[in-house]
Amino acid sequence: MFKKIAVAVIATSITFAVSTSYAGPKAEVLHWWTSGGEAKSVAVLQKEFSENGGSWTDMPVAGGGGDAAMTALRARVLSGNAPAAVQLKGPSIQEWYEEGALADISAVAKKNNWSKVLPVSIAGHMKCEGKWCAAPVNVHRIDWIWANASVLSSNGFGMPKTWDEFNATARALQAKGIIPLAHGGQAWQDATVFEAVALGIGGANFFHDAFVKLDKKALQSDTMVKVFDQMRIMRGFVDKNFSGRDWNLATAMVMNGEAAFQIMGDWAKGEFLAAGKVPGKDFLCASTPGEGFLYNVDSFAMFKVKGSERQDGQKLLAKLIVGKNFQKVFNLNKGSIPARTDVSLNEFDHCAHVSAADMNASSVGGTLLPSYAHGMALRGAQAGAITDTVTAHFNSKMSSKDAVAMLVKAIDNSK
Amino acid sequence: MINNNYKINYTNVILRMLLYFFLSVFVLYYLLPLFVMVTTSLKSLEEIRTGSLVALPRNITFEAWGTAWSSACTGIQCEGLKPYFWNSILIAIPAVFISTLIGALNGYVVAQWRFKGANIIFALMLFGCFIPFQVVLLPMARVLGLMDLAGSIIGLIFVHVIYGIGFTTLFFRNYYVNIPSELVKAAKMDGATFLRIFWSIFLPLSLPIIVVTIIWQFTQIWNDFLFGVSFSEAGTQPITVALNNIVNSTTGVKEYNVDMAAAIIAAMPTLLVYIFAGKYFIRGLTAGSVKG
Amino acid sequence: MSNWLEKHLPKIVLGPSLFAIILFVYGFIAWTAWISFTKSRLMPKYDIVGFIQYSRLFDSPRWEVAIDNLFIFGFLFILISMFLGLLIAIFLDQKIRVEGALRTIYLYPMALSLIVTGTAWKWILNPGLGLESVVKSWGFTDFTFDWVINPDFAIYTVVIAGVWQASGFVMALFLAGLRSVDQEIIKAAQVDGVPTFKIYTAIIIPSMAPIFLSAFIVLAHLAIKSFDLVIALTGGGPGYATDLPATYMYTMAFSRGDIGQAASSAIIMMLVVFAVVVPYLYSELRNKNDQ
Repeated sequence: MFKKIAVAVIATSITFAVSTSYAGPKAEVLHWWTSGGEAKSVAVLQKEFSENGGSWTDMPVAGGGGDAAMTALRARVLSGNAPAAVQLKGPSIQEWYEEGALADISAVAKKNNWSKVLPVSIAGHMKCEGKWCAAPVNVHRIDWIWANASVLSSNGFGMPKTWDEFNATARALQAKGIIPLAHGGQAWQDATVFEAVALGIGGANFFHDAFVKLDKKALQSDTMVKVFDQMRIMRGFVDKNFSGRDWNLATAMVMNGEAAFQIMGDWAKGEFLAAGKVPGKDFLCASTPGEGFLYNVDSFAMFKVKGSERQDGQKLLAKLIVGKNFQKVFNLNKGSIPARTDVSLNEFDHCAHVSAADMNASSVGGTLLPSYAHGMALRGAQAGAITDTVTAHFNSKMSSKDAVAMLVKAIDNSK
Repeated sequence: MINNNYKINYTNVILRMLLYFFLSVFVLYYLLPLFVMVTTSLKSLEEIRTGSLVALPRNITFEAWGTAWSSACTGIQCEGLKPYFWNSILIAIPAVFISTLIGALNGYVVAQWRFKGANIIFALMLFGCFIPFQVVLLPMARVLGLMDLAGSIIGLIFVHVIYGIGFTTLFFRNYYVNIPSELVKAAKMDGATFLRIFWSIFLPLSLPIIVVTIIWQFTQIWNDFLFGVSFSEAGTQPITVALNNIVNSTTGVKEYNVDMAAAIIAAMPTLLVYIFAGKYFIRGLTAGSVKG
Repeated sequence: MSNWLEKHLPKIVLGPSLFAIILFVYGFIAWTAWISFTKSRLMPKYDIVGFIQYSRLFDSPRWEVAIDNLFIFGFLFILISMFLGLLIAIFLDQKIRVEGALRTIYLYPMALSLIVTGTAWKWILNPGLGLESVVKSWGFTDFTFDWVINPDFAIYTVVIAGVWQASGFVMALFLAGLRSVDQEIIKAAQVDGVPTFKIYTAIIIPSMAPIFLSAFIVLAHLAIKSFDLVIALTGGGPGYATDLPATYMYTMAFSRGDIGQAASSAIIMMLVVFAVVVPYLYSELRNKNDQ
């Protein structure tokens, strides 16, 4: 037995070590899209990749919204064994570039006209010191509110246009024994609701000052106190079993009429669709009250790798990711909209059309904003400091004033 | 073992009933999670959604088990836990074997061949048991890279052996320290060498503690996630990483029955070891390892 | 030559292990200490900037919670596991008919990783799904068990699951200890008419002192490393009410890209371990030498 295993171990290590002749482009891809719909979406990419002669090595690491994958990534980079492409997003792309770990894919971008087909603000996230270093996959909108259509209509309510309206509707529904807000008590979900509320109550300029620029005046303003006040009200609309609940279970509560609303990014739509629900008929989607558009762009960053096979693999992968076909198929599966603007949305549903129209309008109006809760606006330490405060406030009896003071201190401490 | 008087005595009867009552209450506490896992894995998704958590399954189906073993998606590959199971075996068996051997030799030296500083060395090793593994991830990654073992099964074996030394040495040392030192002295008089004494005298006496050490090490290594996720690459990931990919996917429909079946499958080897070797485990501990 | 080899063989055998421990444990602790004095973020950097990370650490309310939790959790976890382990061991030692089966049932949790049992525990502790709703459905409508959603009590649910996992192992240690107590002394005491209870408290338990050390080492090491437990059970929530130093460190290092901060928390954690474990080890190993 031992002998057999020893032989197997040696054999495996030899196969890993020996790779001499050029065998076409290849890429090891580290990602955390492991669940049904998402995995299916990634499989589309893998298929295209192999149709173009590439061989794809899958390196999925799920858990904690990518925490485990990031742990693996650091270990891999430190050991000099980085994967070719890694699911990364927001400022962390630029941070990795500063560590000298990312490859330059400007040649691919130029050849495929990325600067023409991608919106300026999204393109900005994909560039490191002027060079392209990542390829965008999609645009998720965060500030969505989802509702059970029949719960609202049978009680004579529509989608709320203001937060006051939301509160009034929620109270009325609560009195009838319906849970107004389906929510999962995990820090990132608390943060998701928080940023939608902050954008709604404070407006786009306030959001930008507070959560992109970390401007102290905005952070300790009365507006911020009001935002926390609204969070306290929201806490009252949540059922008592919310702690630690996964977001998709909260979505299921809306689906089966147990709860009325959920505030969640548009991956929730995938959940409704998977259950055979029809947008506009079974469930409703609308942006959360107020102006603006919070985006969360998933992307793949290309890490420095050795060998022409791997480098060719990267280039091919980057080209395919931004290719029209993948952008369409992937996003149909995932609930988001394509990052490039010239993809036909004919096959997309009503909610996606709303999202695309709002994105264009807010891009023109200057209210297209990066989501802080999903790592698009700030470095990890700073976003984390805000989330710590938000979740501490939401899960205790802390006053709004104390929360604001704590927020300012936490951000100071994170620099 | 207390010898009770076997006269019929009402206080005794009541005491014994109480004893069995308490033992049964504890049984409930210990079995509850396993019960939930097993029953859930045998239910259909529909039944899980509608029924109570602790209800017995109405229609038993083994579908989830099949899915978890061979077709659950752990990324874009949908091959279930099967390929990862083999990786874990390739990692665990050599690592357990090597670390047990090293622990036996170390324990033998520390307990029977004391030299100046041996106790300090032992204390250093023991304290090493307490290092949180999160601390070693990054420097270890660098070292594995320098040794050209990054992402390989051999690298993972190496890491598990290193961080197993503390406990294996502790086990063997505490066992060997109870063997009278006259034994070594007498053997030396007869001209036996260091290794000869270990091989012919100590090792044959060690079966109970070897069992204890193997159980402990196997459990630790099989269940490891942190090292497995950090020091593997595609193709060398152990079963815990695959299980995590199945259980912790953040989006999509959660198939709890598959999650639970996968969890039980992943735990099966350690579970079986405890069920079948548990007896020897207690015996091994009794044989002296804990006398200190 | 062979004489020299024979004389030094014990040291040569111990050498590689010692080298490995010094490099991979103490060397890495030293490395971490170094990093804790830098401004390392995403990846390690080596320019020393002083105590900034430590002052940040002690300014962080989240760290305060984590340290408090370590003491609450560590204390209760070790105490209850020891007590329960000893109690069950004594019960099992009363010539119980199905001892083998019971032993396995008490012992099996140690075999499972918490990635495996976490979900089941989450359900059981959830007031809407688990124990509370089941007991309520039996007609006890006033029954509440919602610790897991209460920031002040959530850490105790972590204790419940932690004890569940480790107490069986402690039971095995104690049971082994009970079995190896000298039977002659017990018989003599029984002949003298000493009550059973007294035999345990005055003779058997004191004779098992070394087992308390083994149990303590195993439990303390589990308590300090408790990471999977929290991640699987509460994810550190509600809020960050169940954060422990190990989860704090992990969050800082790997999800927030704040490695300097993580390193400083690791060093404080090691100091805590040092303060608790070293005196214990010292006294134990000293006693051994005196014997």
